[in-house]
Amino acid sequence: MTNKQSYLSEAIQGFGKFTVFSVREILSGSRVFWSLVIGLSICIGLGLVAYMKQFDDGLITTALRDQMSWGFYIGNFTFLVGVAAAAVLLVIPAYVYNWKPIKEVVILGEILAISAIIMSMLFVLVDVGRPDRVWHLIPGIGRLNVPSSMLGWDVLVLNGYLLSNLAIVTSLLVNLFLGKEPNKKIFYPLVLLSIPAAIGIHTVTAFLYNGFPARPFWNAAILAPRFLASAFCSGPALLLMLMQLLRRFTDFEIKDSAIWKVAELMAYAMFLNLFLLGAEVFKEYYSATEHLIHMKYMFQGIDGHRAIAPWMWLSVVSSTIAFLLFLIPRTRTHPVTLNIGCILIFIGVYLEKGMGLVISGMTPDTLGEIYEYLPTWNELFVAQGIFAIGSLVFIFLVKVATPIMLEYNSRESAD
Amino acid sequence: MNEAISRRKFICIAAGCAAAVATGCSDLTHTSWFRNNFRDMSPEELSSIIADLEKKHSATFGKTVTVGNEPPLPGVHFAYALDISRCVGCRRCVHGCVEENNQSRDPEIQWIRVLEMDQEKGIDFHHANPYYDPELVPQEGHFYLPVACQQCKNPACVKSCPVGATWREDDGITVIDYDWCLGCRCCLSACPYGARRFNWGEPGLSVEQMNPKTHYLGNRPRMKGVAEKCTFCIQRVRNGQYPKCVEICPTGSRKFGNLLDPESEIRYILKNKRVVVLKNELNTDPQFFYFFG
Amino acid sequence: MTQRRQNPRGVFHFVIPLIILLGMAASPVAVLSASDEHDPPPQRASRAADIPVDSLVFETPPPPFRDPDLFPCSECHNEDQPPNPERRILEEMHEEIVLRHDEEHRWCLDCHDAENRDNLRLANGTLIPFEKSYQLCGQCHGNKYRDWRAGVHGRRSGDWNGDKQYLLCVHCHYSHEPRFQPIAPKPAPLPPGEIK
Repeated sequence: MTNKQSYLSEAIQGFGKFTVFSVREILSGSRVFWSLVIGLSICIGLGLVAYMKQFDDGLITTALRDQMSWGFYIGNFTFLVGVAAAAVLLVIPAYVYNWKPIKEVVILGEILAISAIIMSMLFVLVDVGRPDRVWHLIPGIGRLNVPSSMLGWDVLVLNGYLLSNLAIVTSLLVNLFLGKEPNKKIFYPLVLLSIPAAIGIHTVTAFLYNGFPARPFWNAAILAPRFLASAFCSGPALLLMLMQLLRRFTDFEIKDSAIWKVAELMAYAMFLNLFLLGAEVFKEYYSATEHLIHMKYMFQGIDGHRAIAPWMWLSVVSSTIAFLLFLIPRTRTHPVTLNIGCILIFIGVYLEKGMGLVISGMTPDTLGEIYEYLPTWNELFVAQGIFAIGSLVFIFLVKVATPIMLEYNSRESAD
Repeated sequence: MNEAISRRKFICIAAGCAAAVATGCSDLTHTSWFRNNFRDMSPEELSSIIADLEKKHSATFGKTVTVGNEPPLPGVHFAYALDISRCVGCRRCVHGCVEENNQSRDPEIQWIRVLEMDQEKGIDFHHANPYYDPELVPQEGHFYLPVACQQCKNPACVKSCPVGATWREDDGITVIDYDWCLGCRCCLSACPYGARRFNWGEPGLSVEQMNPKTHYLGNRPRMKGVAEKCTFCIQRVRNGQYPKCVEICPTGSRKFGNLLDPESEIRYILKNKRVVVLKNELNTDPQFFYFFG
Repeated sequence: MTQRRQNPRGVFHFVIPLIILLGMAASPVAVLSASDEHDPPPQRASRAADIPVDSLVFETPPPPFRDPDLFPCSECHNEDQPPNPERRILEEMHEEIVLRHDEEHRWCLDCHDAENRDNLRLANGTLIPFEKSYQLCGQCHGNKYRDWRAGVHGRRSGDWNGDKQYLLCVHCHYSHEPRFQPIAPKPAPLPPGEIK
């Protein structure tokens, strides 16, 4: 056997062992683990049933109509792309500044990114009218309309980001499992590349909205910076809570300093988030052109149509309180206030991205019509199914990663 | 291109059976699912697909359905003009269009939307009402503005489509390949005129309602989950006829013709009347001119 | 020796009368082929169809008489019934026709020829048939007439690149009360919330 052949067969054997290990990990666990898995599987089942109804009858099972052609699904897609992008928040300090406390937990960020990207792509899949035709998006086989179409670019960067994150996580875990260090020539460039990739995916998603002059609420240059700022609040907030849960339920050691560092960086992002919102509010309310009507609908309602105004105020208040909690070092470092802040910012950004952005952008529609949209039960069931899929992916990946990381850490500290 | 086709053939063989079995969906026949975008089709593929469509629709609707694919006529650039001092808001254009173009009756799709506006406010979309329903029109103090696809020269919808399912033909009509459309609705977000419609459910079109003279890019029966819009009655205008809305308008408010023909009524209007286009600041360059006769 | 050379003056004797004759023959042709902006001098004739006032041909359906049994009008309006040129509201016949068309300044015999009721009359007295009533409307409504000729005012069917069929003004505008009457609209669209 040549060197190359033996290397390849070794790699395949190693990957095989890893796969066996992973399957064993997934199929064994504590009661907490199993109750989570079974609960999420039930949710996924319900989601599938709801989606089959939508697949049969068409998107008419949603509350979407011509006057509001994007809604809950696309709002969730947008939010989750932000969560996926925020994994980079951990990568930058870890690998650029070589700060050890965070380096250990970067893998959790990558796993969250993978779960979030899978969920966001699923949300797009359930939103399209002809899911049987998604192959039309594949360049070479279908007809991907780049450079012109922003959704075309989004398909490329999202898939690229997913693949690169999968490559990073797989390469890291398989190598560590086999007792080796990951191949530096591939691993580190990929990791560093994931920084612009993460910024890229959320920027392209922002450009998707930004590139519609027909929708003045979205056609603002500030949209891409706003997206990034809110992503860097919500993603890490979720990650902080998950890390604390992992610290509680597994032997994973996550230092407080890592958590506090992430929280500190989030404080900057929260400030930027609120500042950019303030800038938009000024521009709309002060100039008071016809375009004000979208923001007015968002915060005040128009002609008695006030379906989302209370939610938007909740979002602003939550984000502001969260910012204050994260600003003050004492509240930022105290576990209770820290977690309250995380929950509040998560709610704030979810409402603003998932609901405020899409619905206000399309209300009133291009011909001035107001159609109040609230998702149907079918939409909600499909959405919870997708969240359940993402959660399950996250849990399984963490279940596989935890023993490997723990063993690596103990090896490192022993050395 | 040859590479792409052979790759597709491979995927066809490998995945087609699996897909059909997995979903059990009868729509996934070989001809329907694996076809090219209209613009990439060879003449043989197109004629075979059209033959299949004619057979399928004729069987479904129990009448001889023709699916034409007349290409653009040379030296033609279509434009439309609408006299908003003459439109009385009777909506005969809306319903004539629905009948001519095989639009779904249930769920209801109407390519033309007539907006009732205040004379005091002028063209103001935020105070427009498409749901007016008085006994007689025109109503005092109001005027009427029908809106459909403006057949822009710089269409926002074409730019946004991720799969290139919609494009602008040489005679100025923006068309959709219904069998290529993914149903992502980027075009519905992109259109500033609300002209694009979506088949949210399976279109409801009865045998009596069906107009059997169709065009592949125009009024052939559509399917659930795809976008559609006004095509200037491509099945009529490429054969010299006026669009249905022009013919049916009782006040003669609608005018249509070839912008490249100096004798056309469109050129007369541009020369002698004052035209406006909607939302011109968006630079979509509509070829639909509103004027005051 | 033959006299081959012609007398030059003799040529002119022949040519000038010929030119004058040709000119006389050509003048009606020139007048006839001119556009109707240059109307011919007023002429009276027993049958208006003999006089082509407007050489442009517009294919239209026949005029929509509300009571076709009354035509031809000369069945009553003949030598046995001399015209009454006094401006008045009609009371004995045709009293159901209420004029709402510049009725302050106009009355019946401004448009209907007094002597020849089977025709309409232009302001200069020229008779035109009912089939060409647009010429009468065009006298006052010049802009609309020009637009109508170009196909821009009113309905016109046919092919955009071929033959076209016009309607007469009176097909949409009743001559005695031309204002377009309101009509019942077709049903409104369904609001999005009601599309299930």
